[in-house]
Amino acid sequence: MKIKTLQDLENVRKAGIKKLFPDKPRIAVGLATCGIAAGGQDVYEALETALKKKGVNAFLTKTGCFGICNEEPLVNIAMPGKPLVILHKVQKEDAESIAEKVAKGKLPEEKALCKIEEWDHITSEKPFFYGKGYENIPLWNEIPYFKPQKKVVLRDAGIINPEDIEEYIAVGGYSAVYKALTKMTPDEVVEEVKKSGLRGRGGAGFPTGLKWEFTKKEKSDVKYVICNADEGDPGAYMNRNEMESDPHMVIEGMIIGAYAIGASEGFIYVRAEYPLAIERLKLAIKQAKEYGLLGEHIFGTEFSFDIRIATGAGAFVCGEETALIASIEGKPGRPRPRPPFPAQKGLWEKPTNINNVETWCNIAPIIKKGGEWFSRIGIERNTGTKVFSLVGKVNKVGLVEVPLGTTINEIVCHIGGCGIKSKEIKAVQTGGPSGGCIPRNLFDTPIDYDHLKEVGSIMGSGGLVVMDEDTCMVDTAKYFLSFTVDESCGKCVPCREGLKRMYDILEKITDGRGTEEDLGILDELAHTIKATSLCGLGQTAPNPVITTIKYFKDEYMEHIKNKVCPARVCRALIDYFIVPDKCKGCTICAKNCPVGAIDGGPGLIHIIDQSKCIACGTCMDVCPFDAVVKLSGEKIDTPDKPIPVKKGR
Amino acid sequence: MDKEKLQEIIDKYDTESGKLLGILEDIQRTEGYLPKDSLIYVSKHLNVPLSKLYSLATFYSFFNLQPVGKHIITVCMGTACHVKGAPHILETIEELLGISPGETTSNGKFMLTTSDKQFTVNTARCFGACSMAPVIRVDGKIYGYNTPKKVAEILKKYGWRGK
Ligand SMILES: Cc1cc2nc3c(=O)[nH]c(=O)nc-3n(C[C@H](O)[C@H](O)[C@H](O)COP(=O)(O)O)c2cc1C
Ligand code: FES
Repeated sequence: MKIKTLQDLENVRKAGIKKLFPDKPRIAVGLATCGIAAGGQDVYEALETALKKKGVNAFLTKTGCFGICNEEPLVNIAMPGKPLVILHKVQKEDAESIAEKVAKGKLPEEKALCKIEEWDHITSEKPFFYGKGYENIPLWNEIPYFKPQKKVVLRDAGIINPEDIEEYIAVGGYSAVYKALTKMTPDEVVEEVKKSGLRGRGGAGFPTGLKWEFTKKEKSDVKYVICNADEGDPGAYMNRNEMESDPHMVIEGMIIGAYAIGASEGFIYVRAEYPLAIERLKLAIKQAKEYGLLGEHIFGTEFSFDIRIATGAGAFVCGEETALIASIEGKPGRPRPRPPFPAQKGLWEKPTNINNVETWCNIAPIIKKGGEWFSRIGIERNTGTKVFSLVGKVNKVGLVEVPLGTTINEIVCHIGGCGIKSKEIKAVQTGGPSGGCIPRNLFDTPIDYDHLKEVGSIMGSGGLVVMDEDTCMVDTAKYFLSFTVDESCGKCVPCREGLKRMYDILEKITDGRGTEEDLGILDELAHTIKATSLCGLGQTAPNPVITTIKYFKDEYMEHIKNKVCPARVCRALIDYFIVPDKCKGCTICAKNCPVGAIDGGPGLIHIIDQSKCIACGTCMDVCPFDAVVKLSGEKIDTPDKPIPVKKGR
Repeated sequence: MDKEKLQEIIDKYDTESGKLLGILEDIQRTEGYLPKDSLIYVSKHLNVPLSKLYSLATFYSFFNLQPVGKHIITVCMGTACHVKGAPHILETIEELLGISPGETTSNGKFMLTTSDKQFTVNTARCFGACSMAPVIRVDGKIYGYNTPKKVAEILKKYGWRGK
């Protein structure tokens, strides 16, 4: 059906509401990439079979990701008039008992993680009320992981079915497009976005309204809007989830943006590593066309707009806007100097407005609720929320959405529950290869564009990788440089040659051949590359090195002076030993050693020949008695040759 | 790749934007690599120089110019996976499959294939499944929370019979 009027939209909304609140139990399995990898698809199929077998009258469907990745697979169940309950760590073996309980109008309460009594989709006229009950199950925002969170971007994720446009419309979807197209002029739309204070979520934090205004001012018969979904920061995955869990919110934002600046065509540039996001976006575009929300004369107005998908092919630099545009044009993605900015000369030389996925996701709420409403979230100059991917050496991992200005400590320690197995957290890395490592003593830093810059890092796209005492900061710096060396497009010399030289020096240090002068050279190179590179890749690539030297100089010095890697990561500086008192002579390590460096035999204490050992760690992995230790700068006494294991052990 | 299928891929793209890369990606997805014949065909039909296609194929890490094994194992080398031990996982896989590290293809990309052509190993930077680090992908299916032991079990599912 084609939606032309408000009444049409209202009719579809009602149909969608029937799916969200059917007069029978609704069971939705979390099926984003992460949920599927955790076994969600198997759970879905098992539930389907079990419900059919037992003849249970329930509505089984899929949903996106609710953001608490440790607990997947997630399944949510809503009985009519009762709270929506989120079940966690559901296995396919649980399907039968879930079906049985649901048939009796009950819930598998032992699997419940939390419940939702009321949910604010932001874009709907008023919050949805599910119901009250289940006294023993905590409310979702009472559990520590969710308590400090505020879901604006993730307003529908994990609740609605991302493959059904009617459910999106049911929660107020596309009503912001209606409002913009029929009640606001393009200037008013730009004004509203400016008022909101929204800054680009792709990294640099440029004010979105201002950018729109630039593109709007350009005179041209053809203009484009682009959604940057290249998500190049390795360790960040919020854009993937936003597209997989709620693809229509990206499309809705783009329609409004296109109307404001006067564009008739849009592109979503998605990296090839995200096949499911591509699939769901394609489906969403198809549905939006069927419903008349994309195409000619949207809502019966003069405004026409269409969106296509373009896919990336594995080049980090293509996240940079000018490289991305070159890539859509079918060229190798190498950046070019700006100005001219894309707003003046973008895709096919036409004015082009490019924004990050999450920037687009914020547009519908801003139009619906007003820029004023948005500007009250967060702190001054840093309004709204931001989704972070909290990963690495932290207890609870997942996608976390908080108001800007929330401290690192709140996110890592309160939401993330601090280190794994009581390990000491050492730092958090923000901003990916362009960002820096922030040490523990600065964890009271609020996360926003300005404060992160002050401590030498950047916001980037929102990756937060937590590092603990087992992470070597020199190795981390080297890791990021290996990344940027690989991904440098080679066009400018400082980036192509300079980064390689920095990498070589870091390798020298992790190999135990570093000198104190090397630190000085690193510093000089870093500042030269920052000042002279052509694009943001080179201009920011030295940041991981600069911040680790600034905050973790003692670790560098240990490598250089004492040839010790305190975290016991750098291969050349660590030795493996078999503790004689613990070895039981089982021979497993000797059998598995890839280089034959272990001497021993049944019933004999095994010994590692240090001259042959390549420090691969296999013996440590396979030893059933934890008899292998890894040391740096230390030794333990071992026999000269294999001797019998002491009796009685 | 047969001509009909190729033509079908080419015909799918009706505007210039996103066309060339899209076509190459579709070929790569169907064949696992970019066969020379197919590139020549595309070059002729779209009237773009073969050298241009070659420059795209070597610039973007998604493409291979060599045939690959029956199963493709991609090890994530992203940040989250790195701090959770991805290098060790890659090494374990190389060792289990008996392929020597350090070999690269002529265009400098990391890619190793076993001599029986059953497995190809390569690396990627993040699948967006960072919460399950370290992550590997086998023929498009994502496996998380890997350990050396778990990797061996996964390989067995794909017909690896032990060292
Ligand atoms: C090397 C490099 C990589 C980038 N990668 C991305 C990316 O993956 N996603 C993104 O949205 N922006 C990325 N950017 C920023 C874009 O150039 C651009 O500023 C952004 O898409 C603008 O959108 P915004 O104003 O909504 O943030 C990258 C920039 C550089 C220099
Ligand atoms: S870092 Fe490995 S999946 Fe993201």
